Amino acid sequence: MLDISKIRAQFPILSRKVNGQELVYFDNGATTQKPQAVIDAEANYYANENSNVHRGVHFLSGLATDKFEETRNTVQAFIGAKHNHEIIFTKGTTDSINLVANGFRTLLNKGDEIIISEMEHHSNIVPWQMCCEQSGATLKVIPLLDNGSLNMEEFENLLSDNTKLVAVSHISNALGTINNIETIIKKAHSFGAKVLIDGAQAASHIALDMQKLDADFYCFSAHKMFGPTGVGVLYGKEASLNALPPYQGGGEMIKEVNFEKTTYACLPHKFEAGTPNIAGVIAFKAAIDFITELGVKNIAKYEDELLQYATTEVLKIEGLKIYGTAAHKSGIISFNIDNLHPYDIGMIVDKMGVAIRTGHHCTQPIMARYNIPGTARISVAVYNTMEEIDVCINAIKKAKMMLS
Amino acid sequence: MGTIQDIQGEIIEDFGMFDDWMQKYEYLIDLGKDLAQIDEKHKTEDNLIKGCQSRVWLHAEHTDGKIIYTADSDAIMTKGIIAILISVLSGQTPASITDAKLDFINEIGLKEQLSPTRANGLVSMIKQMKIYALAFQN
Repeated sequence: MLDISKIRAQFPILSRKVNGQELVYFDNGATTQKPQAVIDAEANYYANENSNVHRGVHFLSGLATDKFEETRNTVQAFIGAKHNHEIIFTKGTTDSINLVANGFRTLLNKGDEIIISEMEHHSNIVPWQMCCEQSGATLKVIPLLDNGSLNMEEFENLLSDNTKLVAVSHISNALGTINNIETIIKKAHSFGAKVLIDGAQAASHIALDMQKLDADFYCFSAHKMFGPTGVGVLYGKEASLNALPPYQGGGEMIKEVNFEKTTYACLPHKFEAGTPNIAGVIAFKAAIDFITELGVKNIAKYEDELLQYATTEVLKIEGLKIYGTAAHKSGIISFNIDNLHPYDIGMIVDKMGVAIRTGHHCTQPIMARYNIPGTARISVAVYNTMEEIDVCINAIKKAKMMLS
Repeated sequence: MGTIQDIQGEIIEDFGMFDDWMQKYEYLIDLGKDLAQIDEKHKTEDNLIKGCQSRVWLHAEHTDGKIIYTADSDAIMTKGIIAILISVLSGQTPASITDAKLDFINEIGLKEQLSPTRANGLVSMIKQMKIYALAFQN
């Protein structure tokens, strides 16, 4: 059993007030709050360890490099990667996807196909559209079923020998659906296609084991798992990463530079041009340690309890409809009430200290699929409580009353 | 019809009567509900200002040296603000509209409605109202 009040005590922001009310934060799908250990690690780096990594021979540079690489090893262990050089540090999930999409531009030809799904975040759509524009490849889309899960039959119909890559999310940020990525990966591989998983919503909610999962690429962001903003991970199998050309040129990513020809560094440095977000990467370790100490499975179990309770309670609000009702769901509830605009609901509950997300959640194709302008979204994290759900639901009821 | 400055003063006075956010928001919602209907034929793609969340349609006509604005939004709170902006700017001359300083929005405590998050399209709407005024001036 997790001690939630003890967990909450580690997050200084949770005791602040918003609009004169206790903050009730249910926008965790957008970004999670940070525990003191992460804030301290970031500050401590600048106070005591600041130096550039992988370059200097002096004491501080060695220290910063060691700590930076320690996070890489921690990530490797956290996601069960085979090698630590399969962990590439990026700016975030979007950056990770762009890195791979940029590489595939040169690997694909006319007639090749990329499969994505209708539920993808814009950051797992647009890079592939750009990749197709430049390579001549074609984009195919797995449609959604009404309950917000993927139409797997249609997925199998889309797969062919032309399929070179399948890029889908592990968990939908707008619907909460947990996709059956194990099956997607297996089926895609049977056609020789590579698979990229957008794990932005999954990394702190589902225990990951890259070697078992067998995805070729897996992307996630530190800031959605209690870590700093501006840090992300691209996991890639060694061979899959080696097959990609470098992303950005610059320092750190080279072996030798002369004006005739430059040779590139080995993994992971090949993809880490320029000075990285050193403080952020170092602090990211504190975030993973925080998750590991609680245990991802314990977190998932508690979040599921929050989800079940919140779902039961919101459905008591007359006229409320939940978008995303798949059997297998993560702690995300997307909803609308009658014909009320989600923006109006969000504005009013904010005045009561409740932070929820409203809008299209960077998933306009989903909104088009359901013919709605957007939704209001509650997304939970391990520090949320049942009482907060009550406060949130009362605020929503109040908003409904004011707007009807 | 009063000057832009006069009307702004009246609005500040109106809002001064409210004790809390709830009364203020309820008033905005009422204003939104009462906003004069825009002619459906003006709700075109060209007149649409896309916010990140709510959408705004704005139409302007120039008659007798004055600009008449009509507008609509799919979100009621946004409509409320639109109603206030129209009451301030509609029926004024192009020159006075381009020169107008709309600092009353801050004073009535609705600054968050005009944050640059693009959420409701209102910042773009004010800009568009001024662009119309500038165009009709020439």
